[in-house]
Amino acid sequence: MAYHKITLTVNGETEQIDVPSNMTLLKMLRERLGKTGTKNGCSAGECGACTVMINGEPVNSCMILAVECDGLEIVTVEGLADNGALAPVQEAIMESGGIQCGFCTPGVLIASQALLNRNPNPSEDQIREALVGNLCRCTGYVRIIEAVQEAAQMQ
Amino acid sequence: MTTTVINEKIPAPVGESKPRLENRKKATGAAIYADDIQFGNGLLHARILHSPHPHALIKSIDVSKAAALPGVKAVVTGDDFPGFIGLYLQDRHIFCRDRARYVGDPIAGVAATSEEIAVNALELIDVEYEVLEPVVNPEYGASPEAPLLHPDLSEYEVASFILPQAGTNISNLFKVRKGDVESAWEKCSAIVEHKYRIPHIQHVPIEPHIAIAQVDETGEITLWGSSQSPFAQRNLIAQALGISQSDMRVIAPYVGGGFGSKAGVSMEALAVAIATKVRGRPVKLLLTREEEFYTAFVRQELISYFKMGCDENGNILAMENTFYWGGGAYTEYGVNVTRAAGYSSTGPYEVPNVKTDSLCVYTNHPVGGPMRGFGMPEMHTGLEQCIDDLAHKAGIDPVEIRRLNCVKDGSILVTGSKMHPTGLPQCIEETSKAIQWGQKAPASAPNKRRGKGTAIMWKAPAMPPNAGSSAWVELAEDGTVNVGLGGQDLGQGTFTVCAQMAAAALGVPYESVRVATPVDTRYSPYEWQTVASRLTWSMGNAVVNAAKDARRQVLELVSEAWDEEPENLDIRNGVVVSYKSEQEQPLKDIVIYGLPKPDDQGWMGGPIIGRGKFMPTYVTGLDPETGQGERAVVHYTTGAQSVELEVDLDTGQVEVLRGVSAFDVGRAINPALVEAQMEGGFVQGLSSALFEEMKMVDGFMQNPSFVDYRIATTTDAPSEMESIIVEVPQDDGPWGARGIGEHSMVATAAAIANAIYDAVGVRMDGPPFSAEKIYLAMLDAGIVE
Repeated sequence: MAYHKITLTVNGETEQIDVPSNMTLLKMLRERLGKTGTKNGCSAGECGACTVMINGEPVNSCMILAVECDGLEIVTVEGLADNGALAPVQEAIMESGGIQCGFCTPGVLIASQALLNRNPNPSEDQIREALVGNLCRCTGYVRIIEAVQEAAQMQ
Repeated sequence: MTTTVINEKIPAPVGESKPRLENRKKATGAAIYADDIQFGNGLLHARILHSPHPHALIKSIDVSKAAALPGVKAVVTGDDFPGFIGLYLQDRHIFCRDRARYVGDPIAGVAATSEEIAVNALELIDVEYEVLEPVVNPEYGASPEAPLLHPDLSEYEVASFILPQAGTNISNLFKVRKGDVESAWEKCSAIVEHKYRIPHIQHVPIEPHIAIAQVDETGEITLWGSSQSPFAQRNLIAQALGISQSDMRVIAPYVGGGFGSKAGVSMEALAVAIATKVRGRPVKLLLTREEEFYTAFVRQELISYFKMGCDENGNILAMENTFYWGGGAYTEYGVNVTRAAGYSSTGPYEVPNVKTDSLCVYTNHPVGGPMRGFGMPEMHTGLEQCIDDLAHKAGIDPVEIRRLNCVKDGSILVTGSKMHPTGLPQCIEETSKAIQWGQKAPASAPNKRRGKGTAIMWKAPAMPPNAGSSAWVELAEDGTVNVGLGGQDLGQGTFTVCAQMAAAALGVPYESVRVATPVDTRYSPYEWQTVASRLTWSMGNAVVNAAKDARRQVLELVSEAWDEEPENLDIRNGVVVSYKSEQEQPLKDIVIYGLPKPDDQGWMGGPIIGRGKFMPTYVTGLDPETGQGERAVVHYTTGAQSVELEVDLDTGQVEVLRGVSAFDVGRAINPALVEAQMEGGFVQGLSSALFEEMKMVDGFMQNPSFVDYRIATTTDAPSEMESIIVEVPQDDGPWGARGIGEHSMVATAAAIANAIYDAVGVRMDGPPFSAEKIYLAMLDAGIVE
């Protein structure tokens, strides 16, 4: 397997790393950088648990190779808080009760933050649309949607 | 030990919507799930070779080429593990030995230095099969014509209350014979009969099953896994391998969703078995999403026949029900689902004459396991549609017939036992009011029809009569409290609720309580399993008892040190106070170092550790011929759900506009968490009603991916959901509490089916009520052209 040296930014820190050609971004984050907050639910781009931001856009990290991320900026759930101060969307999802088992939560938070970055005041329908790729089996989504609305107010 | 504390004043923080204990960990990515644990470069990766046939004899297995592949450290087959495993009925080996019984049955396992090598090794294993006729329909499977899938059924070890039928595919038969059904039909003015078919569905936790096992040089085994049942896994895996339970350690970090699929033992035993052949090295087995769909437990399918009748006033006089449960290839839990459906087979109604046959039948489908509701959603989906039909036929309002016949305090139940106080009538009133029953709103468009539907439910914890819980409570130097427990938080919030109960029982603020996690069978106190919606009630009682024990120890010590009567002492907000002398001392000054003796010559007391347990003692057996007995279950949680929806006449598509749930939880320890269970359960029920089905053709699942097996997404959840808490206390629940986790999806599919009927006048024989099925039914009925 050929290895490639890539340089990328993860949660504001520059990382230089040798990765094999077939390693996904998800695997690199979890196994090479110890960022296990990003979850693997299907390895097929269908559940959204592995959502990270790449240059501000939400992407399923199981569907992109690490080598393709050379020079890009990645934000994972570990990067949402700023020096221990949680992002509004993190505060809001705790307050609303939008967390149950928590396995979809990292992907939900990243997708929500990406939405709020491009649309600070999304409608309920826009929130539902933005999170349609993030499967949650526990909450019934209601409190997650409330959390994003609440976060929009807080920002 | 029973706790009867419902007459006590409700102490804070019981009844308060405290934030989830592990919120911040889960919101920051810091919460550790099993796949997040780092094992270093000694880690081996396991993969499983599955049977490609639904039913086949295994003639030979040649693993020599796989074993010779560089990087492969072990290859195991059924020859290596002769022991049996199973919770109620020990009917399977860890790996198949002579016969494969479903597509996905484990044939061989490989451990290798990388996943890629393990996958490649599987392709080098040669297996010779003799393909046999599969049984894919439980009703056929129960017939004498069907080939036997377990010819040795009568030799399997089995729990006393499970009744396998030798020489058949019936792994359990539960019968009810109450009153006289035959003569009752003559007194009925309306009788309806229906057959329903409920397909297999999958739990679909977002976290797939995972297990990491390591065997050390002394033979002690450690298993890290996503688990609802660390203690049951310890017990069953130890039994299967013939080792001591004390040499089998299970560590259970956060679980990314369970819904029953991670109860008992499934793939965990495979990881452990492989690890025994590579001592010293951790072996990780992580299911792919495809494997998750058909090699993990599935919800059993059900073919159900209902016949019920009422008199001219709407009183239900008789029910005759036959349930053919498609238990799949083995029956970890299916036999007990069958039993639970039998002893609950009237639904939440008082019916004087009942005949029920509930059969668990082996098929060549994936293994039927427990799923949220434990048979009750499958059963109620048919039964509650039938009740609606009976109401219509008798000319009675569907809500009225439920009001009239539903179980109430003192009702004689299907098993002959007496109903405890229940808030079911209130639940019916509350949901009817909230959904504005009887008022029909206009549809939102000319091509749409609007309808309302309601359904009610009951469910008891289905478990052995003596399933136990235990807990400990210890205090640290600063007076903070550590609660030890062995149940698992799957997201339902049990850690939070137990912390609240410990705080209330001890007299400390919620913020000073921690829960000792992850659950570890080496250090955590025993808990049967996190199933049956039993933790708030059972583990809650154990925690309350442990907290009270710690409190007693503190107060006895202070009483002696201060020379005061214990009755005058209290612990409030973490401070011991005397109502007599008005002395005060914070717990932190007492609970580790004790107190100086009154004469100051030496010390008394010492580290405080409270212990508590709970086990029901009053559940009796049931007569195997009649299903009658003194007390079949510990209690029933009851509830009602109503929906309003629209059906699109052009497409058959359903949009659920509103969902209302009301459940009698006895006491809501944390109302927000109770409501969250009601909402989540409603949407899971909606998903099972409208979308979900494992499409099985000749024993093969056709749709094992999220693209082809759709679950509800953000756009499917109704925009209006109302959750109503009814509280009629349980006599032996902590402050009256009983469970709610599973109940919230039991009635949903039936309520939706009834609303579809209300909207367009069609019924289907079973879910999913897909647009296509509804459209075709409307076409058949001449509603659309």
